[in-house]
Amino acid sequence: MKLYKSSLLIVFTIFSLSINSEVNQSVVLNNEAASKLSDYGFFSDLTLQVPTDGVLPYDLNSPLFSDYADKLRFIYIPQGGYAEYHPDEVFNFPNGSVLIKTFAYLNDFSESELDPQLLETRLLIKHDDGWKNISYVWNKEQTDAYKSIAGKTISTQFVNDYGKIQDIRYRVPNINQCKECHQSGETITPIGPKARNLNKDISYKDGYMNQLLKWHQEGWIQENISTNSMVDWSDINADLDARARSYLDINCGHCHIEGGSADTTGLYLDFTENRKIHLGYFKKPIAAGRASNNLKYSLVPGKPDESILLYRMESLDPGIMMPESGRALQHTEAIDLLRKWIHQL
Amino acid sequence: MKIFLKQSKLYLIGILLSTAGFAETIYISPSEDPYTEIQEALILANPGDIVHLSSGLYELEDSLSIDVRNIILEGDGMNETVLSFKNQLSGAQGLSVTSDNVILRDFAIENAKGDAIKVKGVDGISFIRVRTEWTGGPSSENGAYGLYPVESKNVLIDSCVAIGASDAGIYVGQSENIIVKNSIAEFNVAGIEIENSYYADVFNNVASNNTGGILVFDLPDIPQQGGHHIRVFNNKSVNNNTDNFAPEGNIVGEVPRGSGIIIQANSHVEVFDNDIGENDTINIAVVTYGYDTEDKNYYPHPRSIQIHSNRFGRSGYNPDLETGELAKILFEISGGDMPDIFWDGIMPLPQIIFGQPKEDKIVLGDNGDASFLTINALKYILPFFNPVETNYEKFSGEISPLPPVVISETL
Repeated sequence: MKLYKSSLLIVFTIFSLSINSEVNQSVVLNNEAASKLSDYGFFSDLTLQVPTDGVLPYDLNSPLFSDYADKLRFIYIPQGGYAEYHPDEVFNFPNGSVLIKTFAYLNDFSESELDPQLLETRLLIKHDDGWKNISYVWNKEQTDAYKSIAGKTISTQFVNDYGKIQDIRYRVPNINQCKECHQSGETITPIGPKARNLNKDISYKDGYMNQLLKWHQEGWIQENISTNSMVDWSDINADLDARARSYLDINCGHCHIEGGSADTTGLYLDFTENRKIHLGYFKKPIAAGRASNNLKYSLVPGKPDESILLYRMESLDPGIMMPESGRALQHTEAIDLLRKWIHQL
Repeated sequence: MKIFLKQSKLYLIGILLSTAGFAETIYISPSEDPYTEIQEALILANPGDIVHLSSGLYELEDSLSIDVRNIILEGDGMNETVLSFKNQLSGAQGLSVTSDNVILRDFAIENAKGDAIKVKGVDGISFIRVRTEWTGGPSSENGAYGLYPVESKNVLIDSCVAIGASDAGIYVGQSENIIVKNSIAEFNVAGIEIENSYYADVFNNVASNNTGGILVFDLPDIPQQGGHHIRVFNNKSVNNNTDNFAPEGNIVGEVPRGSGIIIQANSHVEVFDNDIGENDTINIAVVTYGYDTEDKNYYPHPRSIQIHSNRFGRSGYNPDLETGELAKILFEISGGDMPDIFWDGIMPLPQIIFGQPKEDKIVLGDNGDASFLTINALKYILPFFNPVETNYEKFSGEISPLPPVVISETL
């Protein structure tokens, strides 16, 4: 009897491993998003976020700020798939590709009293007719995540970089809010995985490697991509201008770009913009309302406190703050950076 | 037996309605978690569906959004179904719409932290009997816009009410094919504002107790500019004497208290059959964009403006000399004798010297005994001339009516 039980366990384990070790392509390509994250088979250990073969972790030089949430990023490209390179744009990923991003408070501060908490996992799935977005909210037990339509409010706490416990009303965006940022013209597009923001070394199972090289090795992208790379905005050894522009690009530039959600304003903050008026230099606001804070211009060189841009980064009032969604806390380190940058302009 | 029959009949109807192709109405009443209920319905709705919000107060902490084409969001009336954002914690609008052919009708959005209803980049949007209001009265803490379609086509605003916006109650920006009618705009900085837009008819509206009643503006450095073909007729723009409460930095912050209608830049604007009066500063002003700009595509001067058949009440008796430059300059050059209609007369230098092309000229039709004042730019530049020109007849001429706006109704 005992033997029987354990052999069943072995069979079961092998069976489950073989299921879990492969991405379920038909679930990925189904028009209706699966009801739970585990259905896709992206992870061999869901809770520990260990990806299956064929799914690679990736990271960005500068990430979007999301209330100090940690982000675990993964990419899946179907076997034989190839992503075309476009300078200054996201790679043109083949159909069936998936970008997977888990938002979590890992609370990995050394003396943390809080356990790690997975909040949500967002998927961007490339279908024949374009990208589709869906978010999965993790259950309390942290065993699986379930499809969310209208978003969700998660009132929780996390340990910040200084070891302090902080309250947070974390908002899982609804499907429409995803589109707010991911819209480009009429279509939905990923934001992060542009060559300029991927050009860095990260740790893989088989050691450190540059991401663009690794992707080439996988047969996903071409060789020899030379790109004007963004920098890590928090890297104090990097050039101040590059740091500030990298931060503005990934945090603002997806809406504040021609064709983006905020293009009505004429304020464009993507990395390649070089027209001063469109970067905000002495630019009068168009539809800021009280968010102007009685200031005249988006950006006044040398005068951070006269620049609407900084004021809106500092604000926590939903009618004033930028970005419009996805932030409930001040990003103090970035505010310091932008203050310094405007000061020396 | 009778009961059974009735039930099976209902059952049959149920089946018929649920088969594909039938529009559904989703009924929602105020509940514990109205946000999730409404937002889920708005996301899951199929084209053709109606999301109906029964009368009552819906208190929402997060902004709502519509991204499904061809749906209707409706309530039981602008005073019966109230969506209150008094306790809003996230989202820059009360409601945002980003899909084509949406109809909003018979509800109110109150006290949104930012704009009340923003509609961006759509073809086909109707606001019918919708109220947007900040209930605490005029305050710079109120959101900027009430009804706010932008970068859109085929915009209908009918029988709406907009109160208390710290910028414009009804604001249509960078859009095309626009009708704003039968609506009321009160206690906003700008009552109704048409900005950087093409083909708009603004009629049968009442704009009162705003800082400025109706504004037709054009601004540089944004994607769509060169506003043209705007008709403003049959409106009442009266008693717009609320102190300007716009936060500084915004263009409407320059509007002096007591402005009836202001046209800034734009071409082919026809203003007729309006009742304009009891405005502290000026009934109608036609002005150039007043700031330097390096935008080479931008034309800052008003062109082909026609003003006729309006009925004027008093204005200029208590001008607001504190706000912006307009009232100050006008008061100075008129020696305090403020006109009903003012044109600043500014044009490009070659035109100052060689004259304005005929088709660009301002044309005054019959406006009763309205007074007019403009500045002759050439005389202004030269010494020893009085640049002030008040001869109405010099600018009167034949009116060439602009064609009415036709909205393509595809829903």
